[in-house]
Amino acid sequence: MAIRRGRGVAAINYPTGMNLGGDPTQALVHSTPTGNFMVTLSSVDLGQGMKQIMAQICAETIGVPTDRVVVDTADTDTGPHCMGTFASRGTHRAGNAVIQAAKEARQVMLEVAAEELEVNASDLDTDGQGNIQVKGAPQKSISIFDVALSAHFKRGRSISGRGMFLIPRSYPEKETGAMKPSTCYAHACTVAEVEVDDETGEVTVLTVKNVFEIGRALNPKMVEQQLVGGSWMGISHALYETTEPYYPNRDHGGTDFNQYLMPGPGDLAETEIIVLERPSADGPFGAKGPGEMCANPQIPAVANAVFDAVGVRIDTLPITPERILRALKAQAAG
Amino acid sequence: MAKVPVQFTLNGSEKAEFIESGTTLLNALRDKIGDTSPKGGCHQGTCGACSVIIDGELRLSCLTLAETCNGADIKTTAGLAEGGVLHPLQRAFLDAFATQCGFCTPGMITAAKVLLDRTPNPSREDVVEALSGNICRCTGYEPIIQAVLTAARANSQNAA
Repeated sequence: MAIRRGRGVAAINYPTGMNLGGDPTQALVHSTPTGNFMVTLSSVDLGQGMKQIMAQICAETIGVPTDRVVVDTADTDTGPHCMGTFASRGTHRAGNAVIQAAKEARQVMLEVAAEELEVNASDLDTDGQGNIQVKGAPQKSISIFDVALSAHFKRGRSISGRGMFLIPRSYPEKETGAMKPSTCYAHACTVAEVEVDDETGEVTVLTVKNVFEIGRALNPKMVEQQLVGGSWMGISHALYETTEPYYPNRDHGGTDFNQYLMPGPGDLAETEIIVLERPSADGPFGAKGPGEMCANPQIPAVANAVFDAVGVRIDTLPITPERILRALKAQAAG
Repeated sequence: MAKVPVQFTLNGSEKAEFIESGTTLLNALRDKIGDTSPKGGCHQGTCGACSVIIDGELRLSCLTLAETCNGADIKTTAGLAEGGVLHPLQRAFLDAFATQCGFCTPGMITAAKVLLDRTPNPSREDVVEALSGNICRCTGYEPIIQAVLTAARANSQNAA
């Protein structure tokens, strides 16, 4: 009986969103009378940072500082249609819709500015600081604040735009069955090192080294935040989490946090995150969906590390001490 | 059921309410007094989201009857910021990206506050121990541990 050490590797492709029934998201953008911009969505920010990312995308497209943008999300009664926050689709789908809406709003804004400055709208550009200037002649300039006031009170224009991003439904080809159920693949690879006690079956994850290829990190700190949390969650799925740890039937399953095991702050593996950026062709500013993917590759990596350590294949999650001991017993029985 | 009077200090101001006997402090704070900073996660003392400070001790408000708090000095995360300036712990949580959905954050900060009040220069093990009664689904805990250590350093620099 001994503590045995093992190392496992796993690599994954992860799709962004799904389109088994068509995958649309719509967005509306409009300016307030004082030149702030409002993004209206039905998408949900449940902590992954969607409001921040949509504000960045809108601001970058219109050409204003991010703090000039307010994002209103998640009223499905009144907002433009969104399929929802799932399958890591938020940034990709809603981001594309916001770009389209913001472009239309920007065009109206430039048209109003052109009337005020008595120039052609195509000769104008934003300075990113809240002003619109004549290209090559920045002294001829008007603030977006004044443009919005003019649009509202003088010109009778609505500085607004509509965005619609749709991945159409994919039907299988009759001959081959080939189809495209998802788009825009992100990638990840994890190497996990574990110790397995072959007397108790207990697994300790020593280190997790993750590489994530996520298109472009639109907000690098928030991406890191997701990946660190996700890596922990992947280990939690691999070794601990299930609603059915008890026998003999479902009635004895866990019902609350007393019985649903998650590792606490004392059970952390040494974690490394590396982000690779390969901008996607169809993503907003090259982004893909890193959300769910970040909790995936740790699971097969840990399973492989357990195999490397004690020579048994556990193919049911979570990889509990009991499952390891049963497998070791079967292995010994030959 | 007959209502009973309770009177305590919440974040420095006097509160007096009539509540139904058996009401938890969590429900009294959230539903009667309007301080929604303690969160109701499990209502059975497992997740730590409802943590508050009662007379300097870390307590689970979901397992504390409000009527046992007469005369107590209660502090919640809603009372941490002073004059619009965030408490060093709140600042450190923001800077370390130690919150995502935010549901566990008030409990985490409360637990960390009690730790730093007693142990101004905690080790990593001290921080882990102090947070071990609090569940977080999003962050993987590491950013939270780092935030608490950062706040402790900021405090000791201010003191020096």
